[in-house]
Amino acid sequence: MMTELSLNVLDVAENSAKAGAALIQIAVAADPDADRLTISIADDGCGMTKEQLARVTDPFFTSRTTRKVGLGVPFFKYAAECTGGTFSIESEPGKGTLVTAVFVMSHIDRMPLGDINATIHTLITCHPDTDFVYTYSYSGKSFTLDTRQFREILGGVPFDLPDVSAFIADYLSENKLETDGGAEY
Amino acid sequence: MKSLEELKAIRERMQNQVNLRESGGQTATRVVVGMATCGIASGARPVLTALSNLVQEKGLTGKVTVTQTGCIGLCQYEPIVEVMEPGKEKITYIKMTPEKAAEIVERHLIGGHPVEKYTLNSADVK
Repeated sequence: MMTELSLNVLDVAENSAKAGAALIQIAVAADPDADRLTISIADDGCGMTKEQLARVTDPFFTSRTTRKVGLGVPFFKYAAECTGGTFSIESEPGKGTLVTAVFVMSHIDRMPLGDINATIHTLITCHPDTDFVYTYSYSGKSFTLDTRQFREILGGVPFDLPDVSAFIADYLSENKLETDGGAEY
Repeated sequence: MKSLEELKAIRERMQNQVNLRESGGQTATRVVVGMATCGIASGARPVLTALSNLVQEKGLTGKVTVTQTGCIGLCQYEPIVEVMEPGKEKITYIKMTPEKAAEIVERHLIGGHPVEKYTLNSADVK
């Protein structure tokens, strides 16, 4: 089981990367007034057939061959539903997949968001050929990180270079702090 | 808000170094962290972060690349880190933590000697 929602995000986004996505869009939106936390992960990867889609929330279904269980999506679904929230997954072969989880923020069983910056940073630096658009919002304020923008400015300078990697980490932490004022949830 | 202007400065500064790195040969050591559900749930993300940071801090970026992989079927031993040096047998480290990762950077990646006590082989003997 995951201990933070941000780890679920990392896990599910890894599926997008494995699906050959060129662009992965991740949105984390906290709205304390409405008592909702919405997390979505959208990709333009290979997508799933209707049959795969129907079974993807079944822990005993996986496309992997190393083992017979696949717990990533079921974990995320359960994490949302046990707070009284909702979970949905839409997919089309050749088009991509959209995963959306809505959490009731104040529910006692809601896991903390955790270190979401570390998740996004890991995804960006470990998948240098994939583009990411990350949008973080809190109570109506928001910021976006778009690696396509970064790439354009950087030319051929890679994301895993120490200075660039440090810039991405600072960009995430400073802008998150400005957006949510350091709220912990 | 942090601006993108800084990135431009980084680009100017880095371009020369990048060219150096690209012509520096292909014989890099690969460090691979298992990042499937099993790995992530048992703590692979901080291990990966520690490894990437240390490789950068110790100036090993040209010699060592840190990457990730999916489930290799040994979920009970996660987080797993594999070290693949050119021309040597692959070393599989199991049940990693950021602290153990730091030891591996010091003693294996820099010192050249695998840390036997954390390897899969040593676990099988028990």
